Amino acid sequence: MYGYSGKILHIDLATRKTWVESKPEQWYKIYIGGVSMASRLCWENIEVGCDPLSPGNPICIANGIFAGTPVPVGGKYGMASKSPLTGFIGDSMSGSWFPVALKRTGWDGFVIHGASDKWVNVFIDDDKIEFRDASHLLGLGTTETEEAISEEFGDDQVRSATIGPAGENLARIANVSNDGRKAGRTGHGAVWGSKKLKALSIRGTHGVSVADPETLLKLSYEILQAAQGPHTQKYRVLGTSSNVLNMNKLGLLPTRNYQQGTFEDAELISGEYLHEHYKAKTIACAQCPIACEQVGQVKEGPYAGAMGHVEYESLYALSSNCGVNSFPAIIQAITNCNEFGLDTMSSGVTISWAMECYQRGVFTKEDFKCEKYPDGFEAEFGNGEAVVTLTEMIANREGYMGNLLAEGTKRASAQVDEERGTETYKWAMHIKGLECPGYDARTLKTFALGLAAGTRGACHNRTAAYDPDIKGEVDRFSVDETRGRLAKSTEEYAAVYDTLPLCKFIRRCFTGKADRAGAWPAIANLINATTGWDFDYDAVDLIGERAHTIKKAFNIREGWTREDDHLPYRWQYEPMEVGPSAGYVVTDEELEYLKDIYYEAKGWTKDGLIPKEKLIALGMDDVAEEIGV
Amino acid sequence: MPASTSKYQYITCDTSKCVGCQLCEYICSYIKTGEFNTFRSCIRTVRAHKILMTAVACRTCEDAPCVIACPRDALSQDPITGIIHIDANRCDGCAWCIEACDFGVISIDPETKLAEICDQCEDEEDGPQCVKWCPKEALELTTPDRRAQRARRKLAIEEVLGR
Repeated sequence: MYGYSGKILHIDLATRKTWVESKPEQWYKIYIGGVSMASRLCWENIEVGCDPLSPGNPICIANGIFAGTPVPVGGKYGMASKSPLTGFIGDSMSGSWFPVALKRTGWDGFVIHGASDKWVNVFIDDDKIEFRDASHLLGLGTTETEEAISEEFGDDQVRSATIGPAGENLARIANVSNDGRKAGRTGHGAVWGSKKLKALSIRGTHGVSVADPETLLKLSYEILQAAQGPHTQKYRVLGTSSNVLNMNKLGLLPTRNYQQGTFEDAELISGEYLHEHYKAKTIACAQCPIACEQVGQVKEGPYAGAMGHVEYESLYALSSNCGVNSFPAIIQAITNCNEFGLDTMSSGVTISWAMECYQRGVFTKEDFKCEKYPDGFEAEFGNGEAVVTLTEMIANREGYMGNLLAEGTKRASAQVDEERGTETYKWAMHIKGLECPGYDARTLKTFALGLAAGTRGACHNRTAAYDPDIKGEVDRFSVDETRGRLAKSTEEYAAVYDTLPLCKFIRRCFTGKADRAGAWPAIANLINATTGWDFDYDAVDLIGERAHTIKKAFNIREGWTREDDHLPYRWQYEPMEVGPSAGYVVTDEELEYLKDIYYEAKGWTKDGLIPKEKLIALGMDDVAEEIGV
Repeated sequence: MPASTSKYQYITCDTSKCVGCQLCEYICSYIKTGEFNTFRSCIRTVRAHKILMTAVACRTCEDAPCVIACPRDALSQDPITGIIHIDANRCDGCAWCIEACDFGVISIDPETKLAEICDQCEDEEDGPQCVKWCPKEALELTTPDRRAQRARRKLAIEEVLGR
């Protein structure tokens, strides 16, 4: 087998035993790598029904098929565990130097079982596995931890994925960090913390052999050259934060906890403004010829020294959605999230919920007491220092508010409503417990379906359904019978990229067209040159359906029902008052209709369950046995 | 950082353009060893800070200290190109050359256990492959004198023409 070793490494943190599992080639052809293989490993190894923060929830890691080769943007890995936010599959991806080292260890995937009784750094040195004491690393930020470990070994070829204080303190919105990149969103940091796993360090020295290196090099070089052209210009020049002004213009920029879709100070938080005043450098993940990460730096004032990647999703969450219009505070908040190991999106949306509670008198100044502000502070929208301070409080679970918000929006609102008899759940912007992304879905009706049905909760990365809405291929303000098919098609399209994984920013660089016809034949050629397989358009397309299906099957086995495919209260019952999106909601009738036609397009039952024959046709017979109907 | 005073060409990296993608290491290791393995690359990327990325390869020093340091006379310097050649039959991987190199650009190949030094892909028709593959045109085969000329020209254009 080229591109794979056929071996999965199992590590038990409780017994400190390790063992090797062999997988047949057919298994790899179905699950490939990235989020699909990681989710499949989670399906195979979890104690069904377990508490996500208990030892029965494994951390599953899968390499990328192209990691360690020159295939542009292929330096990525997937991670899956049961999410402490949603109780369903938590699948994430991260890129750069760590996943490349991971690939070079020669293992295709890793399953970390059980929980350690002492803080541990698991060191995988090619074939050797060592359990190292990590107590001296406690409290260190993510970059500090990586650097401390490198220094311990005296070898900068040792690459680490780590958690910060947020993960140590079991903040449910904590993530895992490597090389400044994040396996984000679904709360993996808390799962690592529950296992007392501070870091996973890797030294991989093996070469990666592929079936047809000359062809792979030729294909890679063509993509690399295309990636310097107009197809990636948006990412190379301004990065994802170029979205700010576009989304604002369309009335989709989440503002003040999604009360508005337009922000009066959008100019001040735009990619253009960042570029002009705060950009320090553009950098890339390992193996990436695009380079999209715009590093923002604050040089003076109270936040001097702050430095972090400014992405659109971090921006909307911590700026417009909290009403903050000043880059220094925003860059400090992003830096805090990065170093404390907090998901920027979930942090921003949870903080904006707290700010709305303050705006509406549910919370008062006293609720925000902390060491820095012993009498509390005014947490009104627009207060950048409040956002910065709350990121610190969440990471450390400091005070009433830090401890509350570390639970994420869904649990925090439920707790407050229980304690105070309020209805703050109406302002809690989440789906299945995962905080909403930076596109208001009241006037993106296809996207609303994609988010509601999302196996991961409210995630824009797993459904690309905003694409037909924003491009005007459909009327974004209304629903029609095409949307079920579109939601299926876009989520499975995204799943192909998340499984290989390839960064989606390369999608136009194969032929100039990002659609399936433009990309799948080229991706098939890359897969075949790497593995020696004979994938074609249809086989590439199946990667996405299979990846999505294993995650859905996981959720069904964990108790998913049709009611779990919901939208936040606000998007259904509270129209905006101003801007291009004013007056719209997704009604109950619309949502139920959308779900009906989506389940039908997927070939599922009206209850959203998967027929046995569907699973068998996908080559997932054992899954059919367990959850097929 | 010590600067080479070499009259010879070598691979330089413009740190303001380098994004830390490592693609130079992939292509180098493949050209030299037939596998993709950054541990076997003759050019090495460095990520020393959130925004400090660069790549370094042999600087073709004049009177190269590595050649002088080799106790087995395995290293020799081409008098025309300045490229350091390694006689694999003589090299025993003792690593004296690594210690002698101020730039940290010599390594012992983990497979062959012999020293590896950038030869600027002198056998490749289209020159150094890392330069060809660098997506940001940060790498260049040049001499210190030519770099200085360019710096002077850039300065003049900026000062006189205001860009």
